[in-house]
Formats: sequence, C-alpha cells, structure tokens
Amino acid sequence: MIIGLDVGGTHTDAVLISQNGLEKEVKVPTDESRLFETVLAGIEALTDGVDLKDIRRVVLSTTLAANLIVQNKLPPVGMVVAGGPGIDPELFRTNPHYFIVKGALDHRGREIAPLDEGAVEAAVKALKKTGIRYAGVATKFSVHNPVHERRIAEIMAPHFERVFLGHQLSGSLNFPRRVATVYLNAAVYPIHKQFFEAVKQSLASKGLDVPLRILKPDGGNMSFDSSFDDPARTILSGPSASVMGALAYAPKSGATLVLDIGGTTTDMAVLIDGVPLLAPLGIEIGPYKTLIRALQTQSIGVGGDSVVRLTDNGLTIGPDRMGRAMTYGGPVPTPTDAFCVLGLVNGGDHARAEEGMQILAHKMGRTLEETALSIFDQACRQIMAAAREMIDNINSKPVYTVHELWEGSEIKPRHLMVLGGPAPQFADRLKEMFDGNVSVVPHWQVANATGCALARTTSEVLLFADTARQVAVAAGEQFHKEITHTFTLDDARDLALQLLRDKAVKRGANPEHIEMEVIEAYQFNMIRGFHTIGKNIRVRAQIKPGLIRGYDPIAGKLRREDL
Amino acid sequence: MLRAKNKTGLVFFPAFDWAISPTHPEREERLLYTQDQVFEEGLLDIEGIVEYKPDLVTVKDVQRVHFCVPDPWAVMTESHFISAGGAKTIGMAVMDKKVDRGFALVRPPGHHANRVVHGARGFCNVNIEAIMVEYLRRAYGVDRVAIVDTDCHHGDGTQDIYWHDPDTLFISIHQDGRTLYPGSGFLNEMGGPNAVGTTINIPLPPHTSDEGFLYAIKEMVLPILADFKPELIINSAGQDNHYSDPITNMNFSARGYAQLTDLLQADIAVLEGGYSIEGALPYVNTGIILAMAGLDYNHLSEPDYDPERYRQSPATTRYIEQTGVKVLKNWRQRKALTEAVRVQPDCGQRSRRIFYDTDSIYETQLENIRICDDCAGALRIESTSDKRGSILAVHLPRKACPACKAQAYQWYETAPAERFNHIFLQDRLDDAYHIRKSRVPR
Repeated sequence: MIIGLDVGGTHTDAVLISQNGLEKEVKVPTDESRLFETVLAGIEALTDGVDLKDIRRVVLSTTLAANLIVQNKLPPVGMVVAGGPGIDPELFRTNPHYFIVKGALDHRGREIAPLDEGAVEAAVKALKKTGIRYAGVATKFSVHNPVHERRIAEIMAPHFERVFLGHQLSGSLNFPRRVATVYLNAAVYPIHKQFFEAVKQSLASKGLDVPLRILKPDGGNMSFDSSFDDPARTILSGPSASVMGALAYAPKSGATLVLDIGGTTTDMAVLIDGVPLLAPLGIEIGPYKTLIRALQTQSIGVGGDSVVRLTDNGLTIGPDRMGRAMTYGGPVPTPTDAFCVLGLVNGGDHARAEEGMQILAHKMGRTLEETALSIFDQACRQIMAAAREMIDNINSKPVYTVHELWEGSEIKPRHLMVLGGPAPQFADRLKEMFDGNVSVVPHWQVANATGCALARTTSEVLLFADTARQVAVAAGEQFHKEITHTFTLDDARDLALQLLRDKAVKRGANPEHIEMEVIEAYQFNMIRGFHTIGKNIRVRAQIKPGLIRGYDPIAGKLRREDL
Repeated sequence: MLRAKNKTGLVFFPAFDWAISPTHPEREERLLYTQDQVFEEGLLDIEGIVEYKPDLVTVKDVQRVHFCVPDPWAVMTESHFISAGGAKTIGMAVMDKKVDRGFALVRPPGHHANRVVHGARGFCNVNIEAIMVEYLRRAYGVDRVAIVDTDCHHGDGTQDIYWHDPDTLFISIHQDGRTLYPGSGFLNEMGGPNAVGTTINIPLPPHTSDEGFLYAIKEMVLPILADFKPELIINSAGQDNHYSDPITNMNFSARGYAQLTDLLQADIAVLEGGYSIEGALPYVNTGIILAMAGLDYNHLSEPDYDPERYRQSPATTRYIEQTGVKVLKNWRQRKALTEAVRVQPDCGQRSRRIFYDTDSIYETQLENIRICDDCAGALRIESTSDKRGSILAVHLPRKACPACKAQAYQWYETAPAERFNHIFLQDRLDDAYHIRKSRVPR
C-alpha cells in the first residue's frame, strides 16, 4: 500500500492505495503554522485501523518551502557569485550576505578572467562573523564549465555546514535564475532537513519505517535522501499533485485542460496526449524566478471561498479570501454560499448564506436565486478567461528552428477535467462554456493525494559537448569528461541517457522500469575561416512525468506485489 | 527587480536548421552563442522585455515590395518567410503599442535585396525591413519612415527600393565602398529625381572606431532625423562593424553599438549582417537589447576588448568630420540639387548591371521613372538575368497621382508581350499585384 499526502492551503488530503484500489481517504484541516502536526494528523487519521506493515511507501507534498518564501521567513545564508561581462550581478542580489567576486567564463566555458580567490576568502571571513552556516555559489556559464564554482566551493567548504553550487541544480543557461535557485536551496535546506527528518522519525516511532518520498513541482517524486541535495525542488509541488491525480483518467490523445478548483485558488494545467506540459524554465515564486523544473501551471484567485464583490463593472470573484464561506461562519459572501442558495451543496447554516446573498441581490435588484446564478457564472467566466490566457501563452511560446515554426501546431484543448472540492458543481456549468468534453475526476476531493501517491520518479539531464574543446559536460550530474574529435551526436545521446538512468536510480526510480526520452538534440558544425574545427552538441533527456508502473487506471488498482 | 525603462519587444529567431551552405557565414551556428549569452544573461526574464514568436509574412506582403522572378516561392525559403515575419511581428507590436520599441533578432538578413529579385545577393533574398515598413504603411497608415542602416556593408538593396521615395529617409553608414562589398554607397548617391536627398550615404574609412561611428550618429544622422521628422525610425542593425568581424575592417565595439542604439532611439531594430559569431554577436546583441530596454550596459564588454588598440587615427577622425560637412551640405541643399538633377536630359532613366554574388546571377536593368512633383512617380523596370529570363516590372507608388497611375497602366497594358517572360504591375494605390499573360514560354 502507498500513502499519498498533499498539504493544501485549506485542507490536507491523504489517501491509501492498494491492490484493491483506493482503500481510504481522509481530509484534515491545514494549520500553516503547524505543518508538522498537520502532516502527522493526516497520516494518523488515515492509518487508523490499518495494519502499518502493509504500507510500503509514503509520498508527501507539502507547502513548507513555499510558505517560507511567501511569508519572507527564509533564514540568512551566504551567497558568492561571479558574473563577468554583461548585466551587473549586483542587480541579481538575493539577500544581504551577497558577495560578488571577480572571475569570468565566456559562452563556451573558456576562462576570460581568473577567479579572485582572495575575494572569496574575504567573503568567507565576513560570513563566518555572522555565524551563517549555509551558503550558495553561482557563476556565469558554470553549466558549460563549473571550474570557478567548484573552486569557490572548495575554499568555502571547511567553514560551512553545506554549500550549494549552481551548476549542480540545473544544466540550463540563465545566470540570474541560477543565482536565485542556489539561494533558495541554501535557505530552504536547514528547515527542510529538520522538518523531514522529524517526520521520518515520528513515522518510524509509530512503526511506519518505510521509504519516504517527496513530490516535486514537475509532477515526479524524489527519495528522502536525494531531497537534501535539492531541497528547493519541493516548492510548489501542490499543483503538480492535482495534475498527476487527473492524469490517471486523462484521454491518451489530444489536449486536455485540468482545473483544480479549491477554496482559495483554481490551479490549471495542460496535458498533451496524456502527458503534462512542463514550464519552459522553472517555477516563479515571490520575487524569485528559478530553474526549478515544474509543470506549466497557472493559479488564479478564484475558489469556493473567494470574496464576491459588486463593483461598478458588475460582480467580481476574488482574488482574495477572507476566511470561510458565510454558511460556515465566514464574514462575506462567496461562491460556496451561492451554491448553498442554489441547493447545490448542503452547506452549514443555510440562513447565513442567504443573508449574505440578500445584500448583493438587493443592490443588484435581482432575486436571491438570480444573484447566486450570476455569481456562479462569473466565477466560471473568470476561470475560463484565465485558462484561455494560459493556452494563448503556451501557443505563443517561441521556437528557434524553421522546422518547429513551420510544423508547429496550436494547442486547443478538447477535454476539460475538473477536480477539487466543488468540482461536480462547477463541471455542470463549465459544460455550457467549454467547447468539448467536460468530466469530473473520480474521487475529485482527494485526487491530488492520489496523484502524489502514484507519481513516478522524474529526472532531467542536459549534456553539452564541444569537440573543439574536447569536453563533454553535464554540469547537473557533476559530469565532466574529455572526448575526442570523433564524438558524435549519437554518442551524446547515449551518454545523456546513461547519465539520466544513473540520476533517476539515485533519486529512487525503479531500475527495471525507466522510461527515458531525448527531448532536444542539436548539433552545430563550428566553422572558423573555412574549416570545421569541431561540433557543438546539446542533448536534453528526461523521464517525463507519469504514473508509476503497475498502476491500472481503469480499475484504479495497484497491480504490483512489491507495493 | 530588474525592470526595463522602455517596454521592449524581441523576436529571437536563430533558424538553427537553416544555412546557405554548410561552411557559409550565414549558417546554423551563427546565432548559437548569441542565444547562449542572451539566455545566460536572463534578458528574456527582465520585466518589460517581451519575447514574441515570429509570424510568417504572406506572399502579398512580399509582393507589396518586390518583383520576384518568376515568383516568391522561387526565390524564398521557409526561413525567409519567418525572418521577414519576425520583423513584421515586431513592427506590429510597436504599432499596437504593446511595446515601446522592438528588436527582430532574426536571420537570414535582407538589406542587399533589391526591388527586383532574381536570387540571393550578399546573403539576402528579400528585404525584411522593406517588407515590414510597407506592411506597416498599409495596415497602420504610417507615412514618413526613416531607415538607418548601420551594417558595415552598404544597404544597397534598401537604397534601391527607396531610391524614388521622398517619404522614406534612407541613411546608410558603412565601410567605404572602395574597400568592401557591394562597392557602392558613395556620397553622390542621393536618390532619384523625385526623391533627391532622401537617400544619404555616409561611407566611413576602414578602421573607424567607436568615436567615428558615434560622431556620425550625433553630428550627421540625428540632426537630419530631427529635420525629416519621421513617424518611425528603423535601424538595420548589422553587427559587422565589430573589430573582430572576419569579413570587414572596422573597429567598433559592443559598448559602442549599445551607445549607438541609445543615441538613435530607433523604434524598431532588425538584425542584418555580423559574422564574428563568438567574439562580437553575443556581446553586441546583448548591448543592443539592454540599450533598447533602457538598461545599464556599462558592465558589458568583450573579453578581449582594449580601447587603446582600436583607437582610430587622427587622419580618420578628420576624414569623417569632412564627410560630415558634405553630408549635411547635401541634405540642406537637396532642393537645389533636385533642380540640378532634373535639368539633365536622361535624368529619369538609369541602366545597371547587378551581380548576385551568393547565387552567381547577372542581371541587367533599364529603369524609367516618371518625373513627378505630385507623387513618388510611376516606375518601369526592364530586367533580364542569365538564369531567369526577362521581366517588365511596373511600380505604381503608394500615393500615386492620377497621371502616374495612367502612365503605369499604360506601360503595363501596352508592353510587347513577346519581349518578356513575365509582366508585373505592383499597384500600391489598390495594394494589388497584377501579372499579365505573356506570350514567351517560361
């Protein structure tokens, strides 16, 4: 049996999945200030009366890291960066203890200015005075040659508990995002470590001493151990849990729009031929743009508990939430209250819901029912408008080859899948607004936790080879190898796949069942004068997000003895 | 957070799967390192820099500018539809006020493509700036446009297309034609008899450095622009004036390019040439983008840049100053020069031989313009090439007067069909392109 647990803003959902299907589901309220207790409460409620020795794995998705960032509660860390020519690296400052040192590499990874080791030592000295224990290092073009990052880390290592290096977190080019990614990893690390070690220990002391996995925002999971190398890869895993929950029931062909309508927000994502679409670069959270791989999701402030207002331009829903719906004792009318008035949900105190609706109805000169219907319609319209905007953005994503531009087809979703608390109510109305098939994800209220439980381990590798410099570098894998002039694109593919397999196994993937694919493979002849001096090769390979092998989505059951 | 002062649109289309030939300077690798630099600098993440996917231009967009022999499909590849489309996309984003300014970082380039196209010359097949400008004129009613070509090679194709158009100010700054392809762009090339003065050439001596280029912009280009008062300024932003360019002899730097961009304040920039793909393009393009967006570019510099080494000689400085005096004099005296041109008996006619270096085609042209004070004048071109035969091309300008219209139609309708493989009329009044049946087999 597998436990999947997803901490949401309002509720924490947990499921227990076995060879018999969905054995059990629970919902407990989330207490943002007491996440540890929330997680334990969820697991306790779920495992009440269950034989713990049948449980083989626990997969968690939490808001721990995201809350630290959004609430501005990141602890102080030290950053050392080297930029070289270009934009002033001061403009990418992430925190007060941010040191810029001299040293530069060019776009092919050749050193153009030596590293100022004295400045690194001076930074170490200054940082030690503050008592800072965690640090991050990022240099420009380190993914093409990590030499400076490594040297800086060597100097720093003896003085800090942990130093994170930019090139090890992502192979993608983007220095400002590398800086932010390193910073977030260093800053999240101590709290992440403390939290998950405590969770693991508590579960073990209850008799649940099984592998613990953590969901990532790209819809895959990673092992407890590997999460310490990449703790920021836990940020914003929530939306991906929902997408993975819908995946089991998604059509295998065509484009599908997934809507997770919660209390506070609606999260949306797109599946293409049954595979979720990944964001081009990485998650953006608060002021940070990162290289943390993530599903392409969009969140808008429209949910069951969003505030309903009457403005000069008519009704508006959200983006804020002021507690629960009136029917449950909240202060202002919400879409949930409208459902209550329309008899779509039972709600709590029916009179309270009507009372809130009455004020709006009076101002609008409409009946209670008409007002509730308008609120419902407006919420649906806002959701669909945001979905259209997201699809337009995806379709306008630039491509860089004639082939892709000429052949590129537009995404036009023909399926809409809805999950989250008020999913069935919304689905009924959205059917009238959406040109295509609308369905409610089975077990819609806990589909996110199901997604969490069933997500496979994902990984990505980016290999860069330069046969003129005779090097192959997969910076993220700490891989650096001398190659000969005869190294080919096929060699690069093979190498990238091998590195990907190693990485996935290390992250916890089942070595027997690894589905890898090469998603980008470019080879450029490098011509100087009229001579070919070598080839510049770039290969990107991945294990795409999907469900673990052995899960039968039609029966909804696990067909594996080992789980 | 880093935020652009000017909202800046960017189309980046490196055509990673297109080359003229595997070892040609215009090959797949050309913008690879530029892409790496642009990505690594995080330029596309900056608040206020917006990347657009290029639209494709239509055949109608192409035929608004060119006479393609025998048709656009014969002289264009998919990548030409995209690179011209990239310029058009940026032009539309600026006109729609989605952005303040924009840069089409696209390839292949276009500024050597003439009005009549038999093939590729100077790596160019169709003129991507002209296609954009004429689209914007048609779609948005833009009238007066200035095109400032800062590629190291004379923008002879753009000059040819706007030779007779008094509403388009074309200024080309380039390495002296006596020392570089295409061997034209001298001071005395000032436009046809209906548009004397609105073509301006500023040839600079080899080894001109930042100082000389910026002098030309400040002392020549800016005052003339202020006088002309264009509604739109386009920069044909070639990057082969760079000191590291392998096929030219100038000493311009990346920061110099950024300063030039800052001074010129073009609404739209379009990449042209530039073949120092590692030493120059990554830095120059970064500089141009930063300058267009109004961001600080003072930390930008090529790894090997040494201003002392590339300083221009005092003789070069003096020569450029003297050129400036002549340029400004010609500009101020353009009315008088028009009269001087028009008293010559054959002023409405020119005959030329045009060599297409890239495709090895020889073309001969006989051109007649109707001298007109009311419009840009009806234009008749007889063009023959060794590869594609003979055509008659009649161009009726955008704001043609009735007399020019009558003349253009008369030329088109009465042309002896047995003499030409194709007879074309570009009617810009109706935005139409007519093809007359010819009697010569194709």
